Amino acid sequence: MKDAFFALADRLCGEAASGETLLLGLAAERSDFVRFNHAKVRQAGSVTQRFLSVRLVRARRQAAATIALAGGEENLAQDLAAARAALAQVRAALADLPEDPWLLVAEHPESTAAERRGKLPQAEEVVREVVAAAQGRDFVGAYAAGTIHRGFANSLGQRNWHAVDSFNLDWSLYLRGGKAVKSGYAGFEWDAPTLAAKLEGAAAELALVALPSRAIAPGEYRAYLAPRALEELAALLCWGGFSARAHATRQSPLLRMAHGETLSTKITLVENTADGVGPRFQHDGFVKPPAVTLLAAGRLGDPLVSPRSAREYGLATNAANAGESPEALDMAPGALAPGEVVRALDTGLHIGNLWYLNYSDRPAGRITGMTRFATFWVERGRIVAPVDPMRFDDSIYRMLGANLLDLTRNRELLLDTGTYGERSTGTMRLPGALLGALRLTL
Amino acid sequence: MPDRLTSTFAQLRSSAPFWSLRYVEETREHLAVRQDTAEPPHLAHDRGAMLTAVSEGGCGYCATSDLSRAGLQAALDRATGWAEATRGVSVHRFDPHAMPAPRGERSAVGETARSRSRAELYDVLAAECQHAKISDAIVERYAALDLWEVEQLYLTNTGGEVRQRFRYAVPHAHVAANRGTDTQTRSFADARQGGLERIARSGFIGSGARLADEALQLLAAPDCPTGTMDLLLMPDQMMLQIHESIGHPLELDRILGDERNYAGASFVTPGMFGTYRYGSTLLDVTYDPTLPAEVASFAFDDDGTPAEKVWLIRKGILERPLGGRLSQLRAGLPGAAAARASGWNRPPIDRMANLNVEPGASALAEMIGAVERGVLMRTNVSWSIDDSRDKFQFGCEWGELIENGRIAGVVKNPNYRGRSATFWRSLRMVGDASTFEVHGTLYCGKGEPNQGIHTGHASPACLFGGVAVFCGERG
Repeated sequence: MKDAFFALADRLCGEAASGETLLLGLAAERSDFVRFNHAKVRQAGSVTQRFLSVRLVRARRQAAATIALAGGEENLAQDLAAARAALAQVRAALADLPEDPWLLVAEHPESTAAERRGKLPQAEEVVREVVAAAQGRDFVGAYAAGTIHRGFANSLGQRNWHAVDSFNLDWSLYLRGGKAVKSGYAGFEWDAPTLAAKLEGAAAELALVALPSRAIAPGEYRAYLAPRALEELAALLCWGGFSARAHATRQSPLLRMAHGETLSTKITLVENTADGVGPRFQHDGFVKPPAVTLLAAGRLGDPLVSPRSAREYGLATNAANAGESPEALDMAPGALAPGEVVRALDTGLHIGNLWYLNYSDRPAGRITGMTRFATFWVERGRIVAPVDPMRFDDSIYRMLGANLLDLTRNRELLLDTGTYGERSTGTMRLPGALLGALRLTL
Repeated sequence: MPDRLTSTFAQLRSSAPFWSLRYVEETREHLAVRQDTAEPPHLAHDRGAMLTAVSEGGCGYCATSDLSRAGLQAALDRATGWAEATRGVSVHRFDPHAMPAPRGERSAVGETARSRSRAELYDVLAAECQHAKISDAIVERYAALDLWEVEQLYLTNTGGEVRQRFRYAVPHAHVAANRGTDTQTRSFADARQGGLERIARSGFIGSGARLADEALQLLAAPDCPTGTMDLLLMPDQMMLQIHESIGHPLELDRILGDERNYAGASFVTPGMFGTYRYGSTLLDVTYDPTLPAEVASFAFDDDGTPAEKVWLIRKGILERPLGGRLSQLRAGLPGAAAARASGWNRPPIDRMANLNVEPGASALAEMIGAVERGVLMRTNVSWSIDDSRDKFQFGCEWGELIENGRIAGVVKNPNYRGRSATFWRSLRMVGDASTFEVHGTLYCGKGEPNQGIHTGHASPACLFGGVAVFCGERG
C-alpha cells in the first residue's frame, strides 16, 4: 500500500505545473466487520477501501477532490488515470475561484513514517472463539479489525506514512428486561484468554445487575462516573470545546471560560498526539506537536488551531484537523485509588456508561444525557441495587467544577469504536470522576 | 460503468447458491461561503461494489473498490467464505432459494448541477452570507450548497437487475449572534431530492437576512418559561420528534435486539403491533419511499424489495414496524422496504426512509387560538433520547410564547422533555395541509459498522398538551 501510494504520488506530483503545489492524501483500510446478537452472527463481512484526496494550490487559490482508488499493482494505470482526471478537474475549478485569504499549507517538507504491526487472527477464528466463549449468554456487539493506512505527499517532496493493525470488539451482555453490562476488548495483539477473562468479569457484574432495581426520583445525587461514562462527556466537549474557530465565533460550549468561569483545578486536558494511535500529520501537510494543553488546572489552555483558522484569526497553527477536535485526549489523573471508589462515593450512583449526550444550553455549558448499561445505587460504601436509565441535565461547571471531588489515580486507554465511513484512530485516556452532586431530571 | 458491470457479473462464479452485487457510484460537490470568503470547493467521486453470498444457513459480504473482474471475483470469494463460516452460527437460517430477483428502474428528478456554473452558485451563496451581515453582534455567517448524484445497480445471479438514479441539491445556512456569554443561532436546511431548482423553491433565497434578524431577536428575547403547558411544534421540529420517538422505536432490528450494543433497543415489543395505543386518535403515521419530493425516496430498497406506502400507526393504534425483508422473516411480522445501506462499503440494515405524519384538519390559527398558555417551537438544536427511545429531551433554536390564544413574543432557549410512550397520546390538534411541510435529515447514525444516512420526514404543525417545557439554563 505504501509503495503504491508513493509511486502514484511521485508520478502525479511530477505533473504539477510551475506555480502549482499539489497535496495528496490517502485514507485506506482493509477491515473485517462482524456483528453479533444473542451470541450468534448477525452480519459478517469484509471491506477494502482506498480514498485519494487531490488538492491543488495555485496563485492563492485552492480546490480539492476525493476519489476511490481500485488499488493493487494491476490497477495502477487505471488509478493514475483517475487521479489525473481529478487533478484536471480541480485545476479547472481554480479558474472560477477568487483568492483564498485563509489558505495555509505546509511549505517546509517534514517527512515521517510510523507503522504499528499487530497480531490479528483470521476473523473467522475470532468468530469461532467469540461464539464459543459467549455460549449461554445474551452477547451482542461488533468486531472490527484490520489494517488502517494514512498517507500524505506533496509536490514539495514531503512524504508521510502511518499504518496500524488493530482490533476492537465492543460488546454487551444482557439479561431479560433490558438490563445489561457493557465491556470491550481492543488492542493490537488478539489474545483469546484475555477475551474469556473479560467475559467472565462482565458476567460477574451482570449478577449485580440482576438484583431488583432501585427506583430513583429526579434530584441531585452523589455520583461516580467510570472512565467510559466520562468518555461520553469528554467526547461531547470535543464538539467545539477546544476549537479556535468555535471560540472566536463565540459558539464554544466553554464560552463562559473566556469570561472568567473555571473548572476544578483537578481538570487538565491534553491533546496527547505522541501517545495516540492516529497519524501525526494532517491533510495540509503539517506535523502535529507531541502535546497541546487544552485545559490547564481548570482554566483554558491552548485551543486547537487548524491552518485555516490560523490565517483567519492571526494565530499559530498547531496542526489541528479541519474540525479542530482532539484525536488523542488525555485527562490528568487524580488521587482516588481504584479500590476506594465505592467507599468514597458512600451513598449515590455508580455510573458505568452515559449515552446520547447533547448540549441543552450550549453557551452555558449545560449538558443532558442518559445513564446506560450498569448503573448502581450505592449505600454506605456498598453496591445495593441497579438503577434503571435516568436522564441527567447539568452544567459542565458544576460537574467538572464545583462538584468534582476527585479523579481516580488510574486511567483507562479507550480506543474509539467509531466506524462512520472509516475505522477511527481516535483515543482517550481518562480516569473516573467522583462528583458531589449530579442533577437527574427524568 | 453499470453496463460493463452487468457483463462482468455474468462471468463471476461462486459455490454459494445465491449471490448478488450492489454497485453505488456517487458524484459530489460541496460549495460554501463563510464570513464572505469562498471556502475551497470539494469534489468527490466514489464508486464501489458489495458482493453478498447466501449459502444454506449462512450469509456474508465483501465490499471493494476494485471493479475489475479479478477484483469482483476476489470479493465474491471472500463473501462466499463468510457465508460458509457463518452457517450454523447465524441469527437466521438463510435460505438462498428464497432470495428475490427484482427487476426495475428509477430515474433521477430535477435540474442537473451543470445547468449553472460554479461561479454562479458561489454568487448565490455569497449573497446570502453578505445579507446576514446586519449587525456587529452577528459573529458567524455561513451559506452552503451540497450537490450530489447517485447511480445504483443491483444484480443477482438469479436474474435480478435494478437500476436507480438519484439527484440531490441541498442548500443550507447558519447564522450566529453573540452578546457577552449569550450566543443564539438560527439555521436553514432543505433536504429533498431534486436539482438546482431547489435553491429557489426551498426558501433559501433571502434566508441569510432572515436568519440574522431572528438570531438578533433571540438575543433580545426573554427566557422560555418553565412549567407544564401546551406545546405547538412546527414541521421542522416535528421532523426530529417523528424521527426519534416514532421512527427509531419502530425499527424492527432494534426490536430484535441487533442494535442493543450501540444505537439501542426499543420500548416497543412485538406483541404491541395491532393493539398498542401509540398516540391519540389524531395520529396517523405512514412510511412512503415512493414520494418523489422527499429526500429518502426510491423504487427498491438495498435488498431489492419494491417500495410501497404502508401505514405504521392509524388513528393512534400501532400497526406495523419498520423492518426490511430479513427482519420480517426473523420476527414473523409485516414490515416495509426499509433495508438501506449508507454506501457500497456498508451492508443494508433496517432504516427509516420517508416517515410522515399525515395532515389533520386544523388551521394554524385555530391551534394557536386553542392555547391558553404554551410555547411554539421550531428548528431543532438539541436532541437526546434513551437507548429504548422512550425518555427524550429536545431543544429548539426558536420559541414563541402563546398566551390566551395569541402569540405573545419570542422566547429563547426553549426545551421540552417527555416519554415517547405517553407523549403522542397528548396530541391535541393536527394541522391541516396548509401547515404541512417536507423536511429531512442527512445524518441519521446507526449500525455496527456505523452508517450515516438520510431520512425524510413530512408533517403538519402539531399541538400537544401538558408537556414539561423549560428554558435551557434554568429549567
